[in-house]
Amino acid sequence: MSNLNFLLFGIYPFVAIAVFFIGCWIRYDREPYSWKADSSQIFDQKGFRLASYLFHIGVIFILGGHFVGLLTPESIYHHFISTPDKQLLAMVSGGFFGILCFIGTVMLIRRRLNNDRVKANTKRSDLVVLFLLLLQVTLGLLTIVASAQHLDGSVMVLLADWAQSIVTLQGVQATESIESVNIIYKLHILVGLTLIMIFPFTRLVHVISVPVKYFTRGYQIVRQR
Amino acid sequence: MKIRSQIGMVLNLDKCIGCHTCSITCKNVWTSREGVEYAWFNNVETKPGIGYPKEWENQDKWNGGWERKSNGDIQPRIGGKYRVLANIFANPDMPEIDDYYEPFDYDYQHLHTAPIVEHQPTARPRSVISGKRMEKIEWGPNWEEILGTEFEKRSKDKNFDNMQKDVYGEFENTFMMYLPRLCEHCLNPACVASCPSGAIYKREEDGIVLIDQEKCRGWRMCISGCPYKKIYYNWKSGKSEKCIFCYPRIEAGMPTVCSETCVGRIRYLGVLLYDADKIKEVASTASEQDLYEKQLEVFLDPFDPAVIEQARKDGVADSVIQAAQKSPVYKMAMDWKLALPLHPEYRTLPMVWYIPSLSPIQNAAESGTLGKAGVIPDVRSLRIPVKYLANLLTAGDEAPVITALERMLAMRAYKRAENVEGVEDLEVLQQVGLTKKQADEMYRYLAIANYEDRYVIPSGHREMNVPEAYGEKSGCGFTFGNGCSDGHNGVNMFGGKKVTRRNIIKTVSVED
Repeated sequence: MSNLNFLLFGIYPFVAIAVFFIGCWIRYDREPYSWKADSSQIFDQKGFRLASYLFHIGVIFILGGHFVGLLTPESIYHHFISTPDKQLLAMVSGGFFGILCFIGTVMLIRRRLNNDRVKANTKRSDLVVLFLLLLQVTLGLLTIVASAQHLDGSVMVLLADWAQSIVTLQGVQATESIESVNIIYKLHILVGLTLIMIFPFTRLVHVISVPVKYFTRGYQIVRQR
Repeated sequence: MKIRSQIGMVLNLDKCIGCHTCSITCKNVWTSREGVEYAWFNNVETKPGIGYPKEWENQDKWNGGWERKSNGDIQPRIGGKYRVLANIFANPDMPEIDDYYEPFDYDYQHLHTAPIVEHQPTARPRSVISGKRMEKIEWGPNWEEILGTEFEKRSKDKNFDNMQKDVYGEFENTFMMYLPRLCEHCLNPACVASCPSGAIYKREEDGIVLIDQEKCRGWRMCISGCPYKKIYYNWKSGKSEKCIFCYPRIEAGMPTVCSETCVGRIRYLGVLLYDADKIKEVASTASEQDLYEKQLEVFLDPFDPAVIEQARKDGVADSVIQAAQKSPVYKMAMDWKLALPLHPEYRTLPMVWYIPSLSPIQNAAESGTLGKAGVIPDVRSLRIPVKYLANLLTAGDEAPVITALERMLAMRAYKRAENVEGVEDLEVLQQVGLTKKQADEMYRYLAIANYEDRYVIPSGHREMNVPEAYGEKSGCGFTFGNGCSDGHNGVNMFGGKKVTRRNIIKTVSVED
C-alpha cells in the first residue's frame, strides 16, 4: 500500500465527505439566501430544454446507479443477479445514460460560453462545475472501455469494496481494495471526490433541495403571524 | 366558516390618466436593483395591447392560472404536481427576458468624455445583462404606450376574443384605456400552488402574498403559475420576486407606495372579511361567467353580528373589523357593484379590483341622436366596447359591466341635476337601483376621493408578535435574508453577490 494511494483513496474521501456535510450545513444555516438552482433559463431558451433534460436525466440515473451498484453488498444482489451480469448491466445502462449526460453537458457548456447574456452572468464556480462534470462523465465513459477487457466483474467487486469500506469508515481496507485497479478508475474516483468536496460552494447544492414535499402538501399555504 | 381578513385594492380606471407615477415610485422603492431592472411590480398598460410581458393574458400560450378538470376539481393550468416536477429542469411555460424586454441603460458618461468632434456625442444604449451594445431597442416595458405599434400587433390582445376586432383598427373607431397592474394577492393564488419549494405563502392577517427569499430555490414554476405574470425571476439572485403590497407600510397603517403617490387618486385600499372555507368551492365554479358573482359570495358583511362574532373567534382584531365596516373596497365591490375583478376566469379569486372606464359617446355625431336608455345614454354607444371591458373584468359577461357603467353615469346625471339645475333627480337613480344615500357616497368616494376615505388600513400591530421588545432593539429592518446581512459579506465562500449595488456598465471611454 503506497502512501500516495492511502492519501488519495483512504484519507481524501473522508476529507471530501466532511467538507461536503459541514459546508452544506453551514451554508444552509447561515446563507439560505444563496441556496438555489441558479437557473439561467430566462436568458435564452433555444435548445436549453433539450440540453438540460439530457444532462439531468443522465446525471440522475448515473448517480442512482452508482449508489445502488456500489453500495449494495454482494450477498444481497446475488439473489437477483450474478456478478458478471451485474457488470454488463452497469456498462450498458451507465454507457447509455453517460452518453446522454455527455451530450447534455457539452450543449450546456456551449450555451454558457456562446450566449452573451448567459456568459456575462456566469460565475467561475459554474464553469468549474461544468468542466469537472464533463471530465468526470468522459472518464466514466472511458471506464467502460477498460471494463470491456475483463467481463468477470472482478474489478467491479474491488470498486464496490472500496466504496463500502469508505462508508463504513475503514480507510486502510478501502485503499487495499483499490490499489490494483486501472488508473482510469482511480482518476474517475478522484474527480468524483473533488466534485463532492466543492459541492457546498457551488450551485450543485440545489440537488439536496429536490422538492419532494410538494407531493404531500396542500396547494395553498397560509402563514399565521 | 373560517373568517380571514384581506387588504384589497380597487383601481378606478375611469380616472386613470396613465401617468405612470405608481410604476415609477414603486420601482424606485423596490426594484431599482441589479437583477430586477426588467421587473415592474406595478406597471401601466395601454389597452388594447398585448401588454407586458408580451401577451400575458393569452393563457393558451402561457398556461397561467387554474383549470377545472372534468371531475370538478381544479389544478394549476401548468399541470398537476407530477407534471410540475417533471418540468423542473426546463420550464416549458416560462417567458424569456425578451418577452419582457432586455433591460438597458445608456452610456451617459460618453457625453462628458467624448473628444471634440463635428457632431454632438450621443449616449447609446447598452444591455445591462450582457453589458453589450444594443444597436436598436425593439421592445420596452411600455412599448404600446398610447396605442404605440400597429393595430395588427396590438390586436393579439386576448380581450378581443369574440369581437369583430377589425372594426377597432379603423381610425374612427379607435379606443384606448389604461390598465395599471400589480400582483392581485389572490385568495386562491396559483403561484403558491405551483411553488415546489413551498416558499410562497399568503398571510392570514392581511392576505398579502409573499415569497420567502430564504426558502425559494429558483425552480421558476410560480412565474408560469401566475396568470398575471406578476412574479419575476431575479436573474442576479436566482430567486423569484413579486409585489409585496408594501407590507411594511400596510403594517404601519399606511397605503402602498403606488396608492400613496397616485396623482389621479384612483386607488382605494380597504379590508374585506372573507370565508376561507368557501375558497375552493368558489374557485371550482363550473361556468367561468359565474366566477365573478360567486366570488362576491366569499366576502362577508362586516355589520352582520354573526360575522363579527365568528371573526373575533377566528382571531380577527377589532380594529380590523372596524376598518372592514368603513372599507371603501367593500363599498365599491359589494354595495355599489362598481368594482370588478381582473380576469376572474383564471380562478385565482384576485383581490385587486377595477372600476371600468367610461368613455366618450361614439356614434352621437353620426346618428344625430344619442342612444338613450331613459335619461342616461346607452352604454353600448360608449367608445370602449362593453364586450371588451367584459372580457377583461367579468369573463365576457356584459351585465355586471353595464350595471357599473350605468351607475356611474346615473350618479353623474343626478349630481349634475342637483348642482346645475338645482333639482333632485331621483328617477335616474331608481333606474339603476341606487339610493340617494348611495349616490351621495359614490360622489364623495369617486369624485372627491379624500385621503381618509380612500385608505382605511388598520395598523398591523406587529409589535404584539414580539414577545420581548428589548431583544429587537437595534435589530435590522428590511433585509435580503441571512439575518441582518444584505446577502453579501465581503468574503463569501458560497459565491454570494451584492444585491443592492449595481456594478454593470463601465461607461467611460467606450469603443465599439
